[in-house]
Amino acid sequence: MTKALLLVGVGGQGTILASKILSEGLVEQGYDVKMSEIHGMAQRGGSVTTQIKFGKKVFSPIIGLAEADVMVAFEKAEAVRCLPYLKEEGVLVVNDHEIYPLPVLTGKEEYPTNVLEYLQKKVKQCKVLKANHIAAELGNTKAQNIVLLGAVIKSLGLEELAWVDILKKHLPPKLHELNIKALEVGLNL
Amino acid sequence: MKLLLTGNEAIARGAYEAGCTVAAAYPGTPSTEILENIATYKEIYAEWSPNEKVAVEVASGASIAGARALTAMKHVGLNVAADPLFTMAYEGVNGGLVIVTADDPGMHSSQNEQDNRYYAPHAKVLLLEPADSQECKDYTKMAFALSEEFDTPVLLRVTTRICHSKSLVELGEREEVGVKEYCKDVRKYAMTPAHAKVRHVLVEEKLNRLREYSDHSPLNKIEWGEKKRGIITSGISYQYAREVFGAKASYLKLGLTYPLPEKVIKEFAQAVEQVFVIEENDPYLETYVKSLGIECQGKELIPICGELNPGIIRQAFFPEEAKEKSDIITDLKIPSRPPVLCAGCPHRGLFYALSKLKDIVVSGDIGCYTLGLMPPLSVTDTVICMGASISAGMGFEKAFEQGAVEKKVFSCIGDSTFFHSGITGLINAVYNQSKLKIIIMDNRITAMTGHQENPGTGKTLQGEDAPIIDIERIVRAVGVKEENIRVVDPYHLAETEVAVQEAYLAEEPFVIITKRPCALIREVRRARSGFSCSIDEEKCKKCKACLRIGCPALALKGERVFIDPEMCNGCGLCQQVCKFKAIKKVGEEND
Ligand SMILES: Cc1ncc(C[n+]2csc(CCOP(=O)(O)OP(=O)(O)O)c2C)c(N)n1
Repeated sequence: MTKALLLVGVGGQGTILASKILSEGLVEQGYDVKMSEIHGMAQRGGSVTTQIKFGKKVFSPIIGLAEADVMVAFEKAEAVRCLPYLKEEGVLVVNDHEIYPLPVLTGKEEYPTNVLEYLQKKVKQCKVLKANHIAAELGNTKAQNIVLLGAVIKSLGLEELAWVDILKKHLPPKLHELNIKALEVGLNL
Repeated sequence: MKLLLTGNEAIARGAYEAGCTVAAAYPGTPSTEILENIATYKEIYAEWSPNEKVAVEVASGASIAGARALTAMKHVGLNVAADPLFTMAYEGVNGGLVIVTADDPGMHSSQNEQDNRYYAPHAKVLLLEPADSQECKDYTKMAFALSEEFDTPVLLRVTTRICHSKSLVELGEREEVGVKEYCKDVRKYAMTPAHAKVRHVLVEEKLNRLREYSDHSPLNKIEWGEKKRGIITSGISYQYAREVFGAKASYLKLGLTYPLPEKVIKEFAQAVEQVFVIEENDPYLETYVKSLGIECQGKELIPICGELNPGIIRQAFFPEEAKEKSDIITDLKIPSRPPVLCAGCPHRGLFYALSKLKDIVVSGDIGCYTLGLMPPLSVTDTVICMGASISAGMGFEKAFEQGAVEKKVFSCIGDSTFFHSGITGLINAVYNQSKLKIIIMDNRITAMTGHQENPGTGKTLQGEDAPIIDIERIVRAVGVKEENIRVVDPYHLAETEVAVQEAYLAEEPFVIITKRPCALIREVRRARSGFSCSIDEEKCKKCKACLRIGCPALALKGERVFIDPEMCNGCGLCQQVCKFKAIKKVGEEND
């Protein structure tokens, strides 16, 4: 059976790096892997989704409605936006973090206050993380993507792989220490 | 070794392995990374050309001279380059010539959804459609070989999902084919009417040979499954169909889609009970299949508009199953997330200045500054295609004159777009004596497509130093009078407003160049990282005037405005619109 993994967030949050590392790990595990990412109109500020599918043989790189086994939301409103893509029994890992879009910033639209409760009510297996907070404590909020990566690896049961080696390939040496710590924290949440 | 590559990376690798030596392109999503990756192979001369026509002509010249040459562009880019394409079909090649067209079904970042497969029969060139990254690499190599074997340019057609999806690719070695000998042959390479009349006949003969080849090509293959349904498909649609039907259907997977394989299609249709054509966007395959007198279903089931996906196919064929599948319904209203000009974007100051003017029409163009049409700035009136801002602005002006409408026309164009196809519009505005007010928004980069160099940036595709083509000097050379040219810093609102006002009143072509590098350029980010604006709560009268600049670093929380210091780069535009001096700059610019 192929498994489907959806990473959603906002431009600039590092979803793409996380999915790169993840899919390389899956290849090392011997899976056929397809990954698809669409970055919309603006450089930053728009919704970003990355779709990863893996299994013995994968055909379509994209994930349809109610097809994702695991969804990782780097931003919580994005989790709501993409919820229809999650299987009923799917796992949701959500970052307790909000990024206001322009209509909210200018007071034209509202950002709901009950997003987490809503998600927890809708999704049986919902794991809430404060990845930004954790990363800030480690020294840099930017490493929130790697904290989330760790948590996803755990929910996929793939802790055994040499993730640190893959991670190092994708980051400059001065960021290794911080991100290895972020990964470890994520793996143990 | 197997690597996870995007379709674009795989095409670049294919070009490398095929011994390609010259590549030229103009950026455009989803094709941009093809040249960015080719540029990493030192064996290949690779350039950003100023537009797609230039790129196809560079590749065409290289091909005639004997090199294996590749050019790549987004779908609308091929419209710009259609002229050389059609005549190169007559001239044929010396070294293989591969033209990649990257279409964008679903318009993830495009202004239309044209299906460029039709270019192949129209221009009479061979068409290949890979369905994953491995095929992107293999077909690119095949394309060079077929181009030389049949003496024709080859169109390699990919789509956003192919370009930007990763799948496993087996790497191979580069085949050094070198550069073939060039022999002068004007009857082949100089298309006068007399020569072209002969060449056209040869093209038609060649197409007959290609039709024969298509019926035997390994690129068109049948995968037998159950014979109740026979599915004819190509490209990414094949993957979607395979996913939905599995072994419950038979597939005719077409990789060489012009000329289409008549015999193979007929044989396949005969062997199955019912024929379906599953393809994204236009009924390109379907029309052909029907022209053979084969009964089939296609667009009755699969929509023409939008990007295809397995869900749509499932809904069309198994509606009961599809309904069961969408069981999570979200009933919590969440805010939309429209794209915005970034915090610190130098385009913002100019649009803010324009938003203060009455009775103007703004003819826009394509780039980050297209976002000038979004609220709260809402400045731009029209966007057609790259370069149209100046020329369409001319049309506006003349129509208003004819209709005695009292409106002034501004045209806004980016630096890369100006080099691409704005210069001719400017020449027209001078030559035909307009009063057009033209703003060239020079953010020193091609930002929209992800920061590519262009003739004005002083760097090549490889990041090496290059001469800077000076926009101001072009404007002067075209004949815009010295007194009608302003160069302003759009971070400086007063200066920008004065220039805009002067332009408004001008009776001759007037050009403003707003010059300030994109806030996301790495050096700019570094220099301004310690810089931000902040609100003095005591002075703030909560008038919210600062929110009208539409900066994502400014947030309204309750009645108070906050500035996010992480996002803010201290451009100071909000400070300049605040009447109560309630916004101050903090920090310093780093060197
Ligand atoms: C014919 C054509 N080629 C390429 C594109 C893709 N494209 C859209 S905007 C753009 C560049 C815009 O750069 P610039 O004019 O410098 O504006 P900026 O985004 O930097 O503000 C490109 C290449 C296109 N839309 N049409």
